[in-house]
Amino acid sequence: MALIFDSLVQGLQMILVLALAPLLTGLVRKVKARLLRRQGPSLIQPYRDLLRLIRKEAVVAENASWLFRAAPYAIFAATWVAAALVPTFASGLLFSWSADVIAIVALLGSARFFLTLAGMDVGTSFGGIGSSREVMIASLAEPAMLMVVFTLSLLAHSTQLSTISQLISFSEVGLRVSLAMALIALILVALAENARIPVDNPATHLELTMVHEAMVLEYSGRHLAMIEIGASLKLVLYLSLIGALFLPLGMAAPGAGPAAYLVGLGAYLAKLALGGVLLGMFEISIAKMRVFRVPEFLGAALMLGFLATLLLFVSRGL
Amino acid sequence: MLPAALGADAVLLVLGVVAGVTSRIRPRWLPIYPLCAIIGAFAAALALAALLNGGVETMVLPLGVPWIGAHFRIDPLAALFLAIVNLGGCAASVYAIGYGRHETSPGRVLPFYPAFLAGMSLVIIAGDAFTFLVSWEFMSLMSWALVMAHHKDRGNAFAGYVYLVMASFGSLALLLAFGLLAGPQGHYDFDTMRSVAAQHPLAGLILILALIGAGSKAGLVPLHVWLPLAHPAAPSHVSALMSGVMTKVAVYAFIRIAFDLVGAPQWWWSVPVLTAGAVTAVIGLLYAVLQEDLKRLLAYSTVENLGVIFMGLGLALAFKANHMPQAAALAMTAALLHAVNHATFKSLLFFGAGSVLFATGERNLEALGGLIRRMPATSFAFLAGAAAISALPPLNGFVSEWLMFQAVLVSPDLPQWVLKFLVPASGAMLALAAALAAACFVRAFGIAFLGRPRSPAAETAVEVDRFQTGTMLVLAFVCLLGGILPGFVIDALGGPVQFAAGGQHLPMQASQPWLTLVPISADRSSYNGLIVFVFIAFSALISAVAIRTFASRAVRRAPAWDCGYPDGRPVTQYTASSFAQPLRRVFGSVVFQARETVEMPGPGELGPARFSVTVRDLVWERLYAPVAWAVGRVADRLNPLQFLTIRQYLSLVFAALVVLLVVVSLWR
Repeated sequence: MALIFDSLVQGLQMILVLALAPLLTGLVRKVKARLLRRQGPSLIQPYRDLLRLIRKEAVVAENASWLFRAAPYAIFAATWVAAALVPTFASGLLFSWSADVIAIVALLGSARFFLTLAGMDVGTSFGGIGSSREVMIASLAEPAMLMVVFTLSLLAHSTQLSTISQLISFSEVGLRVSLAMALIALILVALAENARIPVDNPATHLELTMVHEAMVLEYSGRHLAMIEIGASLKLVLYLSLIGALFLPLGMAAPGAGPAAYLVGLGAYLAKLALGGVLLGMFEISIAKMRVFRVPEFLGAALMLGFLATLLLFVSRGL
Repeated sequence: MLPAALGADAVLLVLGVVAGVTSRIRPRWLPIYPLCAIIGAFAAALALAALLNGGVETMVLPLGVPWIGAHFRIDPLAALFLAIVNLGGCAASVYAIGYGRHETSPGRVLPFYPAFLAGMSLVIIAGDAFTFLVSWEFMSLMSWALVMAHHKDRGNAFAGYVYLVMASFGSLALLLAFGLLAGPQGHYDFDTMRSVAAQHPLAGLILILALIGAGSKAGLVPLHVWLPLAHPAAPSHVSALMSGVMTKVAVYAFIRIAFDLVGAPQWWWSVPVLTAGAVTAVIGLLYAVLQEDLKRLLAYSTVENLGVIFMGLGLALAFKANHMPQAAALAMTAALLHAVNHATFKSLLFFGAGSVLFATGERNLEALGGLIRRMPATSFAFLAGAAAISALPPLNGFVSEWLMFQAVLVSPDLPQWVLKFLVPASGAMLALAAALAAACFVRAFGIAFLGRPRSPAAETAVEVDRFQTGTMLVLAFVCLLGGILPGFVIDALGGPVQFAAGGQHLPMQASQPWLTLVPISADRSSYNGLIVFVFIAFSALISAVAIRTFASRAVRRAPAWDCGYPDGRPVTQYTASSFAQPLRRVFGSVVFQARETVEMPGPGELGPARFSVTVRDLVWERLYAPVAWAVGRVADRLNPLQFLTIRQYLSLVFAALVVLLVVVSLWR
């Protein structure tokens, strides 16, 4: 019985993140538009876009290989699995033990591996420039992310996301300098990983500034839809991660009753909405930076993460 | 067990001799590669059996130095590495059945190949210092001969020369280490050495010498310079053996000395090992990212992976010295598992590079491209290898990387302050190396196999034969299998880990529910490659099914969009060096002092603009070039000594004799 319930919760979470992903993207766009005093597209516009994309025929470049057509599915699957393993409204998911937070970071790495390869498949200069910049960003963002993971794991004596978020929500961790540094580093990484301003601009098609969009330039139709929903899922994943790790308010404990799950669901939606609004406001208030300023931005994240880890290493013996 | 393993090596040596004798007349009459494959499979089966049995077997043959004899010995550690060597040798031999067919000078490869295989096995089953060093030198010489197989190609003679110098230097360090271990009484066989050396006064010096000796063979920075020259110069199946297997022999030598022969470690021993490993991991990859030669890129990536392995060994030393057997077992398992994994995917990648070379005659990335359409099997296997080496789940590279991170995360309990700073720093280096590896292999695969062909050779390439593709696909499958069922491999590593790391091994993984990997305890960390793989496959499948059901199935082939300005010429693609440019600017401006200069013609001038990049190899310039210069200088000065008269020579000999006698008499 408990097993059925647990698998229900796990399945519900997988569907929930998938269903919410376009809505969150729509929310961010709406907030940005409203702050610019535009009406903006409706909140459900991303759903309509996806629907339109999957109905259209896919135009594939003449020399595209099988990798080009398989990559969207691989990207989507890896991102979805990673997103399904991050606790959203309840900790202690059925399959949370199968991949810890290091594996989740690595799963996102797998998705990026295929995305960058797909960008190079047709052999256009834009695809190449996008992939090349993406690996540059990732080569700093991924270690920074791992340093954040180290910090939290050292505090919790565990790399399991559920354990970490339970520790932070149910026991006295107190305010720690390391946690604050890790939070800032995680936010910087999340901005870079999701191709947001100031690292990349999700709304631009200006040749020399785009990174993510340049990689997916050749995609259309259903393939583009898969990539778009993958990107939305990644945003949900990072917001859920920040929520689960640094703001685990209201998250249902394993084995709690249905009421706790409802509370957790409400709290989760509120957290996502808050995150989306804050992201929109942040993006409006800052300009995109030059590509070669990005390493400094991410270098700061890496250093913060490293210092946070080092502090914990050093303070352990005291 | 041991006599059979020795017999296999003897047969290999005989094969080498026979091939050598007949190489002038008919080099190909003896099916060397199939025979090597059979012997390799046989010896690998023996080694695996010995590994699972876990016993110790010794044997003495009346060879070598009369009063010592030749000792041979198989224990769990030796069995593991014997299995790696022979499995790698077997795979390379099967690959070479196809690859070797088009060898232009088989007489320069066939005699040395079986001898090289035998040499590596003999190092591992050697039971005394003398046999060990002789086999080590034999292995180095045979591989040197294979490096020099195409000695007329540009750069190969230089590669061979640098290799020979560095190999001699490494052997000298090992010779001194064993000399110190043997002590004045000359306990050359390992068993007595172990019992005598328990509290060796110069143990630290022995460790440093072992690190230099084994590290120069493994390619630790700054002793790596020969590796990216020599490994690519050999025929590709030999490159795979040198990178995938011979470097593991170096790892074995280091483990044998540092964890077995010198006795209980001091904590500070881990500092040089950990530092060398971490620096090697990052520097190796930074070199690899900038390479344009596919095989040299792979060789630099070998340098990186060996850095990761030594990082694990350094952690294991620290834990062992601090009496934390469980953590030591974790770090040791991570290092050994990475050694096993690296042997699989690096062999696979070198085979892939070899097939590309075979099909196009090119190793230069800038002349490749679009091979995924011409060589589907090779590119699929290479893609799997690239994903595995980039530590992507659910493949095997991720598992060892994950264990390594877990080992870093248990180390705050180490009491020493130096280690408290060093371990997180090396953890950060490991994270950086993991991310850079993905960048490096996206570039390698993307430029060589994707895009449009950059040369006529790449445009007309045809898929290689079944022996080559078959070997590669099998290895790719092994990479996946090792990633989704790592528990069985880790259980097999239990014996060697227990032997080397101080009495413990990880809990049995195969008995965990759902075959989950639980290195310490379930609430601390766990990873299940199988579930992750099933999850990914499942969600890819349902999304594909959903797309098939609900979406439009129409596909139109059209010219590439490229923002509206498609250009049919392949030169408009991103090249390998332009792909590396952001990374070169970010990391290379410090590490390699990379500088970009643009010369623009003035207004009205008709000359072309020029763009040039300078990348400096500081290790070579600051460390090796001065030494080479000094040696050359001294040699010049001493040159007149070659042109003396007989009287002058005789007086020189006499003077030398007197000086030596005086020294000896003063010494006493």
